[in-house]
Amino acid sequence: MSANMDPGLASNEPRRNFFKEFMAVVIGGLVTAVPALAGLAVLMDPLRRKGGSGGLIRITSLEAIPESGLPKKFPVLADKQDAWNKLKDTPIGAVYLRRKSENKVQALNVICPHAGCFVALKEETKSYFCPCHNSAFDIEGAIASEKSPSPRPMDELEVEVREDGSVWVKFQNFRKAIHEKEPVV
Amino acid sequence: MKFLVDWLDSRTGCRKLFKETLFENVPGGSRWRYVWGSTLTFALAVQFITGLFLWMSYSPSAQTAWESVYFIQYEMFGGWFLRGLHHYTAQVMTVLLVLHLMQVVIDGAYKAPREVNFWFGLILLQLVLALSLTGYLLPWDQKGFWATNVATNLMGIVPVIGPDLQKAVIGGTDYGHHTLTRFFALHAGVLPGLVIALVVGHIYLFRKHGICSKKPHRKPDAAFWPDQVLKDAVACLAVLATVMLLILRHWILDREAGLGASLGAPADPSEPYSAARPDWYFLFLFQMLKYFSAEQFSQLGLPYGEHAELIGAILLPGAILGLIFIMPFLGRWKLGHVFNLGVLSSLLVGFGLLTYLAIAADKSDAMYLEAVADADRNAARVKMLAQAPTGIPTSGAVTLLRKDPLTQGPLIFAENCASCHRYGGHDGTGKEVADAQSAPDLKDFASRNWLKKVLTPEGFGAPQYFGGTAFTDGKMQKWLNRHHPKFSDDDKENWDKLIVALSAEAEIPYQAVWDQADADVIEEGKALIEDEFSCIDCHEYHFPDEEATAPTLTGYGSREWLIEFISDPEKPHFYGDRNDRMPKFLETDILDAEKIGLVVDWLRGDWYGAEAGEVATAE
Repeated sequence: MSANMDPGLASNEPRRNFFKEFMAVVIGGLVTAVPALAGLAVLMDPLRRKGGSGGLIRITSLEAIPESGLPKKFPVLADKQDAWNKLKDTPIGAVYLRRKSENKVQALNVICPHAGCFVALKEETKSYFCPCHNSAFDIEGAIASEKSPSPRPMDELEVEVREDGSVWVKFQNFRKAIHEKEPVV
Repeated sequence: MKFLVDWLDSRTGCRKLFKETLFENVPGGSRWRYVWGSTLTFALAVQFITGLFLWMSYSPSAQTAWESVYFIQYEMFGGWFLRGLHHYTAQVMTVLLVLHLMQVVIDGAYKAPREVNFWFGLILLQLVLALSLTGYLLPWDQKGFWATNVATNLMGIVPVIGPDLQKAVIGGTDYGHHTLTRFFALHAGVLPGLVIALVVGHIYLFRKHGICSKKPHRKPDAAFWPDQVLKDAVACLAVLATVMLLILRHWILDREAGLGASLGAPADPSEPYSAARPDWYFLFLFQMLKYFSAEQFSQLGLPYGEHAELIGAILLPGAILGLIFIMPFLGRWKLGHVFNLGVLSSLLVGFGLLTYLAIAADKSDAMYLEAVADADRNAARVKMLAQAPTGIPTSGAVTLLRKDPLTQGPLIFAENCASCHRYGGHDGTGKEVADAQSAPDLKDFASRNWLKKVLTPEGFGAPQYFGGTAFTDGKMQKWLNRHHPKFSDDDKENWDKLIVALSAEAEIPYQAVWDQADADVIEEGKALIEDEFSCIDCHEYHFPDEEATAPTLTGYGSREWLIEFISDPEKPHFYGDRNDRMPKFLETDILDAEKIGLVVDWLRGDWYGAEAGEVATAE
């Protein structure tokens, strides 16, 4: 503080000064909050949007799934809204399809329920293995080892085999690293 | 709480810093005239905050820049407001910069020992202008694209290094992905970094020398906190209120108008844009450049006419800036200070005058006003197309307009068809045509309404239909002359049914509802075409007829029929060797298949958003 400053200013008018201090803080806070809140609102825009349609998607025909009972990987193609772009028939994920019987099919989402890596199929041991944290699943997608870090089996998806032999799957992604199979919306 | 602050203070010395910041002495107490620096700091903070958030949704590439800005502006919650804040604070900031500069010079705060700080300020002024210039391009709309093109082309006239400099700045010979990545890196990285460094230096030097107070002091000295801080805060609030008003101003006057900053149609190097103008604070340079041409120089008898642009765009502004840089030295003498004030005032007056001249010239320039109207229409149209269910393709929104019949149809028609044909009496774009009409008006072509007017003796031969063609003496005219006047009431009713059936051949989208409702009438009409009115004596109709001498009525006016007809009207089932003057548009390469498709879709009212009745006035 400077020597020629009025020493009594602060002590003589405490009430007036408090009002000024209060107003300075309020107005200063207000003008800074406006751009910050505007930015946060836009940043949080994705929270207002729902992902994934959850409808049935045609994956392949029954003939394309090996009769040996070994799973096969198929891409899932669907229309996708990626921010401003609308994409037609674009890959949105993949599934392992396996014949359970002649016309019964099991569909597993290829994504590991643990942390979201792409689970690999090991044909020689007829099992699945996640290369990230060593989660192990058997051919039906169930947890195969006690050491497996995945909290739940591979995510099974609803399948519909239609009369014309086409295979439809209700493709969904689920939240990772929890016991419950809870869809991501 | 006290313990925490003590802990932090002993490690960082924050108390001292805090005190030094807030309890800076203000000689003569707080004053409104000291607020400009703080409002600029505030404006800068707003730009950093809003810019950072915009960055999180912006994508700099030729196919995504406009698209991401569109998404921010029209799809994201509060996006228009965030972008509006950023856009208009930038504009207000240029005004604040000038006010700050004027206050500093008027109060003599630029003189010794504050010369270096004055220079810091001048560099900051240029950095902010550079931020404005680079930011203007980022939405990648027609306006920013063409205006920035001018700026970088002027860069190219700098002697020796110009062309290479230009190439380096825009990342190649043409505008593209790398122009955007470079401009964005400049706008969001390099320039803000420099601004921060200089502002820190600016404030450090300001604090070192203290406030240059205006004498006489009317009040005792006071601390910066809280008096001056409150005044500064109120001034910042006024700045924010101004910005908010600018964001909402169009909407306040007209609830239909857009909110926030405008977004033009996507940049397209193949589309002319005569409305290219820099933002208002660069208009004076734009206007000045009109006077700096070789011709003007020679008229005035001035030398170096071949370097006129270089002088106007670079040397003269550079010299003026150089003069402002040495002002602290000139200001040592009383007369020098007066001179400085005179120079700055004249510059301000000159700025205002040139800006006014630029705006006044545009206001009375029909070509410019038309270009602005075109630009507004395209901007509104592309927004509508982007919101259509098909959305924006990965090739970018620019293809939406290129493939839009409503946008391209009238332009193709005006350029290639309107020398003979008309569309509702004009050339398709609404302009009068100088040449006399010599072929049919094609508005509502093949619709019930159109056929009803054409298929009468007077209508067929009228100048707006076939009156200007060789067919005015042809068989159709003769048939109409002979039969039409003698129609009984039954004939008249049947004739209307024939028209409904013939028009149904076109499968025009805006008539689909009526065609569906009149299925029975159409069946009757078809029989009438074949039997009672014997159209098939001359025309082919649903059965191949090599002896037909008039255009086929199979699919008459349909998309396929029109495309084939325009491609080659001399095909045997159209006019054959009886063709009057209509060119074979496809074969002669006058139009390609895509353009023919676009003009056909436009004529048929087959474009997104078309509503029955918008195109046709039928029935």
